[in-house]
Amino acid sequence: MSQASSLDLLYLMIDVLSGAMILAGSFFIIVGAIGLIRMPDVFTRMHAVSVIETIGAGLLLSGLMIQAGPTLLALKLFFVFVLFFFTAPVATHAVAQAALSAGETPQLSEDRRSKTAAATPVNSNDNEGADD
Amino acid sequence: MYTFATIAIIAALTLAVTRAVRGPTIFDRILAGNTVGTLAILLLIAIGFLFGRPEWLDIALTYAFLNLIATLTILKYVRYDDLEYDSSEKGPKS
Repeated sequence: MSQASSLDLLYLMIDVLSGAMILAGSFFIIVGAIGLIRMPDVFTRMHAVSVIETIGAGLLLSGLMIQAGPTLLALKLFFVFVLFFFTAPVATHAVAQAALSAGETPQLSEDRRSKTAAATPVNSNDNEGADD
Repeated sequence: MYTFATIAIIAALTLAVTRAVRGPTIFDRILAGNTVGTLAILLLIAIGFLFGRPEWLDIALTYAFLNLIATLTILKYVRYDDLEYDSSEKGPKS
């Protein structure tokens, strides 16, 4: 009798833990999407998207993995997790590389390069490349 | 719980599509497209659990592979205007 009730408690704890992880993951997904809208240029938007792909998807998939239990389903969820773990940085790096080589420059609030090298001062509100 | 996750992912998808439509540069659109792909995978998984049909996970897994390849292919096309361009042989285009 007491064993059954402690098992019930364990299942309740697992449910609460996975639910909290799923809700936290959903929260971070929304945060990342808002960042994608509100950030000022491509590079900062990339930074916001990485929140979705790492902690948002990671927490959501971990919560679902706990919910699925030790089944084939959990293994597939783990595969999706590992795929995100490796492909998201690759895709982000490729987009950043392409943007840089196409002449996009990061928007700076102050240009620290001009203090060390005597370069021309950069207009801080200029989005397109004012420097070189 | 699953319902909340589904609603959150759909809201995030709406925001990502908004960025894809009005992104000023092509890279904003590519980044938003990549994000839409990621969110579509998560949405497939969440809806699969919500409707008690987690077999959709296999589709999500396939889509996760395709998402990276699609992003890299579009980036290569944008950069070189040519999908057959071999940068290891000719060197990166200036």
